[in-house]
Amino acid sequence: MAVIRDMIPPFELFQPAGVDDAVRLMRRHGERGWVLAGGLDSFDWFKDRIKRPEAVIDLGGVDELKGIAAGHDGGLEIGAMTSLADVAGNGDVRSGYPLLAEAAGLVATPQIRNQGTLGGNLAQDTRCWYYRSGWPCYRAGGNICYAATPRSMNREHCIIGASRCVAVNPSDTAPALMALDAEMVVADTSGERAYAARDFFIGPDIDIERMTVLEPGDLLTRIRLPAPWDGARWYFEKIRDRKAWDFALVSVASMLRVEGGVIRDARIAVNGIAPYPVRATAAERAAKGRAPDDETGRAAGEIAVRGARALRHNDYKIALTRNLVRRAIRDAA
Amino acid sequence: MAENVIGTDISPPDLRAKITGRARYAEDFRADGMVFAKLLSSPMPHARVRGVETRAAERMEGVLGILRAEDLPIRSEGMREAALTDEPRYEGEPILAVAAVDETTAAAAVEAVRVDLEPLPFVLDPLESLREGGPDAHVDGNVAGRGEVSRLKWPAAVFEEAGTDRLPMGEAPLEWSVGDIEAGFAEADVVVEETIVHQSVTHHPMEPRSCMAYWQNGKLFLHGSTQSTERTRGNVARMAGVEPDRVVFIGEYCGGGFGSKIAGSPIMAVPAVLSRRIGRPVMLRITRYEENYIGRARAGFQGWAKMGFRADGRITALDLYLVQDSGPYSGAGDVFTAGTVATASYQPDNMRFRGVPVLTNTPPRSAQRAPGGAQIVAMLEPLVDKAARELGVDRLEIRKINAPGHDGWLGARQGPFTSAYVREALDLGAELFDWEGKKKLSGRREGTKVTGVGIGLSPFTAGSTGRDGLLVIRPDGKLHVHQGIGNLGTHSIADTARPAADVLDLSWDQVVIVWGDTSKHLPYSTVQAGSQTTHAHTRANHAAATAMFGLLQELAARELGGTPGSYRVADGRVFRAGNRAAGMSFARAARRAIALGGRFSGGEVPEDLDDTTKAAVAGLVGQGLIAAARDNYPRAGAVYTWVATFAQIELDVETGEVEIIDLASAADCGTVMHPRSLAGQTNGGVFQGIGMAKGQRWVFDPKWGIPFTKRFYTARPPGMLDVPLSPRFAAVDRPDPHTPVGAKGIGEPPVGAGEAAYVCAVADAMGGICLCRTPLTADMILAELEGRPRPYGLLDTHV
Repeated sequence: MAVIRDMIPPFELFQPAGVDDAVRLMRRHGERGWVLAGGLDSFDWFKDRIKRPEAVIDLGGVDELKGIAAGHDGGLEIGAMTSLADVAGNGDVRSGYPLLAEAAGLVATPQIRNQGTLGGNLAQDTRCWYYRSGWPCYRAGGNICYAATPRSMNREHCIIGASRCVAVNPSDTAPALMALDAEMVVADTSGERAYAARDFFIGPDIDIERMTVLEPGDLLTRIRLPAPWDGARWYFEKIRDRKAWDFALVSVASMLRVEGGVIRDARIAVNGIAPYPVRATAAERAAKGRAPDDETGRAAGEIAVRGARALRHNDYKIALTRNLVRRAIRDAA
Repeated sequence: MAENVIGTDISPPDLRAKITGRARYAEDFRADGMVFAKLLSSPMPHARVRGVETRAAERMEGVLGILRAEDLPIRSEGMREAALTDEPRYEGEPILAVAAVDETTAAAAVEAVRVDLEPLPFVLDPLESLREGGPDAHVDGNVAGRGEVSRLKWPAAVFEEAGTDRLPMGEAPLEWSVGDIEAGFAEADVVVEETIVHQSVTHHPMEPRSCMAYWQNGKLFLHGSTQSTERTRGNVARMAGVEPDRVVFIGEYCGGGFGSKIAGSPIMAVPAVLSRRIGRPVMLRITRYEENYIGRARAGFQGWAKMGFRADGRITALDLYLVQDSGPYSGAGDVFTAGTVATASYQPDNMRFRGVPVLTNTPPRSAQRAPGGAQIVAMLEPLVDKAARELGVDRLEIRKINAPGHDGWLGARQGPFTSAYVREALDLGAELFDWEGKKKLSGRREGTKVTGVGIGLSPFTAGSTGRDGLLVIRPDGKLHVHQGIGNLGTHSIADTARPAADVLDLSWDQVVIVWGDTSKHLPYSTVQAGSQTTHAHTRANHAAATAMFGLLQELAARELGGTPGSYRVADGRVFRAGNRAAGMSFARAARRAIALGGRFSGGEVPEDLDDTTKAAVAGLVGQGLIAAARDNYPRAGAVYTWVATFAQIELDVETGEVEIIDLASAADCGTVMHPRSLAGQTNGGVFQGIGMAKGQRWVFDPKWGIPFTKRFYTARPPGMLDVPLSPRFAAVDRPDPHTPVGAKGIGEPPVGAGEAAYVCAVADAMGGICLCRTPLTADMILAELEGRPRPYGLLDTHV
């Protein structure tokens, strides 16, 4: 069979109006179904005829998945189908969680932020170009990783957490939500359950064909943010080859609770370096009890890249990660 | 008196349609019974088709026909490319096309075809092909001559001698020199030497090369995207296997070409031939993915340069060696022009050029905005800076010291220029940028950011002669300027008509531009390439307008008495000098011309016109007062434009990221025709060059020979946020004395200027360290700053 790309094959389209209908449809179609949010990830797969679902369940009409509202205990809840532009521009997000507003505002382009959703940004698949080109790699059910051979082009691939697969998580909002200690609420036909952000994302050692805990039939419905730390400092930075429409080479997000000139609590997350967003817990521990200055940042940065191993072309990510963690402490404001 | 339109801003005639979306591009056209075609492309970088099984596809409902390579009048052979092939020489090369009632069916039919392919050895890296026993891109060889394929292998000793830190330099098929290279180096006080890699990059026009074709009464009508109009028709005719007079080519708008659509595209053969076979109009919509394969690319170089300088900064010797990544077919003339362009800024009294164009199994190359020129400028300008640093000479001064004046020379034959206000352009740019002030910021560190400043001086060819102009004053009283040139998006379609308005002293709203459809009687023109158009067609239309002026005088004298010389022309009237009432309007002149016939309305034309123009005039006979003329204005010398771009950047030493803080450019491009458009062209070219240097990429897996940068988001051409919001521009605005209007082209030289200014500014921020490769991405910069292993080998390409 010859290969042709850039032409979406036919599928059956379902447009449920509520979460209940959506999860029932998802259950009915199982692995032959596909959940469509903003479509930025999905349509690439469809166009290339690599993922060929029989049924596409479009969440665009499920209004209960959209919007930003007060949560319990002074927190905030964001519907998974809320656009990234709405997340970035929302007053409550900007005042209480500027870290998230910043991260969401740096995704791709204004058009993509209008169309793309927070849930889609979190649940999106990796952009490893071997995998996205339809090569039969581990992640695609095969038995090889094309990106980890001695001649592979793997500048964008991982330095931590490789397990047969060396692809990275591409999300900009994921590290921000990790640093904010968010929870992801997931529904299926039997009800709802919540995952801490760091448990929501999984590595290839757990399941090489998925990036998150979501299995066929599972629907990410909303993201819960706990009440913000009083007087917290934060930092977000995304390093990329160009300033719009680009995924991060490495991104960093931090929340620091500083009292009396000393870091009392810290959450630091890095993305683009592993198959999942990484909580730099050892670096966090190293920073606690110390001043949020360059010296602390430097030490935390060194600790953050301990155990990192470069592939043929991505050694720079070790230096970049180290430096970004350093900045996430030193330059948090 | 009408105001002169040359030098003023106008709204081009296509602007409103483009902005409102009413402009129809090739893919917007429909014809009765139109069907769609889809391509089956090679999954391998080099293979031979052993067999094709199409029965299942042909049985599918809605499938109307399948086109194979053997069905085309033009076959792939040697260096010649065809639309379809049975020996694909790059992954993505089209093998066959399927026509069906809709694209969904056509795509499904393509999937149902079984192609039996015999894999053949392939090569991506030219140097690998030059090794003994290395793979060849063609079965017959690995080196691209002028039309023929030959085989060249270098002895192992050549590679051993080069080691890992210099370009291997064996026998070179191309070589020329001026002066005495050894004597030049002996004279030098400082010698700099580098191995330099310049990447290949795809063109990425916004509009892919979609095309639609149908036949009526034995005539082919083809809608396509092209830079040139009249000159595309002949190519389409050859592809369809018919005479040019059986072809109507329509292309009013072009969503970008940058050299990739000069006179059509090979793929136009598919709808042209398929539509005749199946008797239905065929639309072939080229997707973005396909455009990345068949859409052309700039040729990359693996190069080496050695330059000698006297203590005062004057270049004494330039030794240049370039290995070109030519892709699989002819089309990359870059290596032939690069050495010539190098002479245009540096005027080296002693120079040697050597070049090896090597075939690779990567998508085809073509001209890309300053082919060869942009690369060589971006490769050599950092070496000039390196020498300036060692000599303690200011970087602006060293460029002025070496730049040509009007007595300068070009290329191996050391021929003259028509004009060269290069020092003036450098001074103007320096003033605009505040070079004196900003160079003091070099190396300034604020927080993690270090400032760098750089200059790129970029020459390129900018004109040609001998084309035809064709003007008609119709009974509506308006001047209809028939343009054989294409509307490639630069406004030259309108700007080259301005001299006609000025010669006839006519206000611009009385001028109608006729373009974009070869059935509209278009004159012989240049191809819209090599930045020729503004120069060539201001001349041609000036010549035609001068002829029109004469015809108006003659007609008036004949109708109203007196001598022709006693008549003046202004404001749409021809009248007796000193008595405006004694004359006639253009409208009346047109009616009289029709009545009189003969040479007043196209019955007789000058003998020296091209046959194309004669045929165009023949089609217009009797429709008004008609003037056609060949550009016979003398010109002695090469027409060159220079652009100097100045860049200020900030380099973040913790991330390797570079932000461009300020950009200013100045050009010597002769008389300014259209200030706003000129600034747009220049800044756009500067951005395109910066993109090549900064982050745009063309990455292949070396083991499988397959590219990954097939979409905009992976190929990363620059966006508006990657450049300053307000880049500045100024023109020297001194007329070229060898052309009546004084204008030279501008399309190409800004690319090398922007690219070189950026590369030089980054090297400046790094304390003079030149990484000597493009793209120069953050990972490479950071690795260097951190003293970590370089991410790629010195000569690695496609990274």
